[in-house]
Amino acid sequence: MFDLTGKAALVTGASGGIGAAIARALHGAGATIGLSGTREAPLQALAEELGERAHVLPCNLSDPAAVAALPKQAVEAMGAVDILVNNAGITRDNIFMRMSDDEWNDVLEVNLNAAVRLCRGVTRGMMKARWGRIVNVSSVVGVMGNPGQTNYAAAKAGMIGFGKSLAYEVASRGITVNAVAPGFITSPMTDKLSEEQQGAILTQVPLARMGSAEEVAAAVLYLASPEAGYVTGSVLHVNGGMAML
Amino acid sequence: MSDVADRVRKIVVEHLGVEEDKVTENASFIDDLGADSLDTVELVMAFEEEFGIEIPDDAAETIQTFGDAVKFIEGAQ
Repeated sequence: MFDLTGKAALVTGASGGIGAAIARALHGAGATIGLSGTREAPLQALAEELGERAHVLPCNLSDPAAVAALPKQAVEAMGAVDILVNNAGITRDNIFMRMSDDEWNDVLEVNLNAAVRLCRGVTRGMMKARWGRIVNVSSVVGVMGNPGQTNYAAAKAGMIGFGKSLAYEVASRGITVNAVAPGFITSPMTDKLSEEQQGAILTQVPLARMGSAEEVAAAVLYLASPEAGYVTGSVLHVNGGMAML
Repeated sequence: MSDVADRVRKIVVEHLGVEEDKVTENASFIDDLGADSLDTVELVMAFEEEFGIEIPDDAAETIQTFGDAVKFIEGAQ
């Protein structure tokens, strides 16, 4: 099951907790991995940990020219991009009444526009290969909303609507486009929350715990696999039951 | 028929699975040869590869027929 031998996967945000777990999961299934992120040191460390079949491809996703170049660099390094995982994301939280254009635009640029540009860059090769997997890492916030995150929620909801439309367009070429929507996952982002805040969150989660990056990665691995060939335009929720959709 | 036309016809026949004699000067990829919009994108990709040229998106949109394709490629070479 879930054998990705011979497939090449590009993972953005691989310097973060969830991105690294996704890279490990895909690599463990046999894929060659392109590790992208802004911080090169953690990418190098992860590449060394993974050993062979790992390539470091640093990219600043807020720079459109760098984003446009990334798929080409990935093809040069790996020969193809069969699997794209748009995982990178940033937050610039603020209440809407105080949210600046910069806070809005930064989040939309990295979380949504960069993902769209990367999809554009990889679909050509996937169309020719008549096989491709695009997995967008969205968020429960994109479906339920969250105060202080109008920008983040808009970007994450945008990924879902964009992905469904793209899924229609490329389905006939054997390319699937899906989203994974994590809920509260243990990460540097959630570690910043106070115990009180974490406790309040967990009252909303039937499974009464935070999820792990590995549990998100397993969902991505499934959607990237040949076995998920009949699944497209879907959103796989990994949220401990906090939103049963 | 020019060499370019022969090579373009071969690509169209292979990609769209149509009879060679249907691929006439004025044959529209979409209306006459059964292509969908993604097919037209793929045909342009195939032309770019076969002839080692770049076909920008705005030019690609003007390539509606077999004759359009041959004319564009001959001009681009």
